[in-house]
Amino acid sequence: MQTVKMVITGPFSSGKTQFIRTISEIDVVSTDRRITSESERVKEETTVAMDFGRITVDEDLVLYLFGTPGQKRFDFMWEILSEGMLGFIVLIDSARPETFREARRILEIFRGYAPTPYVVAANKQDLADAWEPEDLRIALKIDPRVKVVPCVARDRESVKSVLLELLFSILEEMDAEEQT
Amino acid sequence: MALKGNLRDFNTTQLLNLINLARKTGALTIQSQGADAKVYFKEGKLVHATTSSQDGDLTRMLVQAGKLSEEQFKTIRARSGKISEKELALYLINAGLVTQSEVVQSVKDHVLNVVYRLFTWEDGVFYFEPNRLPPAGRITVPIDLENVIMEGSRRVKEWERLQEELPNLDMALKFTDRPSAKLRNVNLTVEEWRVISFINPRNTIRQIAQSNNMSEFQIRKIVYGMLQAGLVELVRPEGAEARPLVPPGRKKPIERPPAVKRSVINRLIDRIRKL
Repeated sequence: MQTVKMVITGPFSSGKTQFIRTISEIDVVSTDRRITSESERVKEETTVAMDFGRITVDEDLVLYLFGTPGQKRFDFMWEILSEGMLGFIVLIDSARPETFREARRILEIFRGYAPTPYVVAANKQDLADAWEPEDLRIALKIDPRVKVVPCVARDRESVKSVLLELLFSILEEMDAEEQT
Repeated sequence: MALKGNLRDFNTTQLLNLINLARKTGALTIQSQGADAKVYFKEGKLVHATTSSQDGDLTRMLVQAGKLSEEQFKTIRARSGKISEKELALYLINAGLVTQSEVVQSVKDHVLNVVYRLFTWEDGVFYFEPNRLPPAGRITVPIDLENVIMEGSRRVKEWERLQEELPNLDMALKFTDRPSAKLRNVNLTVEEWRVISFINPRNTIRQIAQSNNMSEFQIRKIVYGMLQAGLVELVRPEGAEARPLVPPGRKKPIERPPAVKRSVINRLIDRIRKL
């Protein structure tokens, strides 16, 4: 059986666990713990190691989804999780501009791990304070060739469209490599 | 949808760059340091700006630009009543007191002064109201944002340098006992004279700025010039705060992704579509 994996990364509380939970066929193996740091007490629990979801394609192929821990002190896990990934998704809380700088930092770190395709998911688009995806692109100085996809991590169709955009980006890169 | 946040996370340079690139029309409000600023844009161009301390009164602008005297200012204010800015400008031009280009230049200088001050604001809530235009009757001057951003960024660098040279505005000034400059050859601007008149070991630099309605940037620039000329010296100085260390950047080897066949990706696409 072949297994492939995608990594879902992004700042603390950007919705990574929810994103995987919405699409995974198994209960997400999550290692959430109650938050002890006052500065990060935006939500009650956070991911300290990783989230792990699965989508079975057929008997021979399984896609694993790995969510990275959002808190900075678990940065050391990122590189381990990124090994062998097909591509990655940077999830951003569109309604919290105070996290944009951190999102940019995470994006650059993951780009350094592997030259794999990636997309940016502008999450929480259902909130009134959410920035538009194209405003986020400018704010985060995202390359025009990289897709910035609107997303609501609780909505299955929305999560599907983000995953599909990443897969389309992988195909496009394969096309480009074949032409050169 | 909302475009709002805090300058701590998304600064003035980044905001103006976004508005320019997205060619936005609307009003940007920033609330910071007890002051409010409202800046208007039309299709990505800066067109008007006011602050709570500078409401953009045309006659006051023309006095500051040296086009009207204080006497003329008082007379015009008394007679003009509640006519609009555009009507007032027409009246002044027809009366031969100013030219059209002087009015336009004064408004432009005012708008730029407001916006350049915003570059030094490091903290403050902002929100953008799409399609909101300046009040009717206001004179608007379209200004390309590219040059504003470049000049603003230059001023930020100057501001940072001045902050390093003069980190604490709660210090006081006193005249040096033996000035190194030849005082007869020193030419002071009006603003510098206004500062000079308040120099006293009991007055902090911040208090002098407040008394003269000057921004931190303006007072720092003036005091720095006087310090460099050896005219004044700082008293009761405090040590500058240590700068936070920048964490060293990580260098990771670039790793190639595993070879995956096109058919695998297509199977994944089919599966996710069916979910």
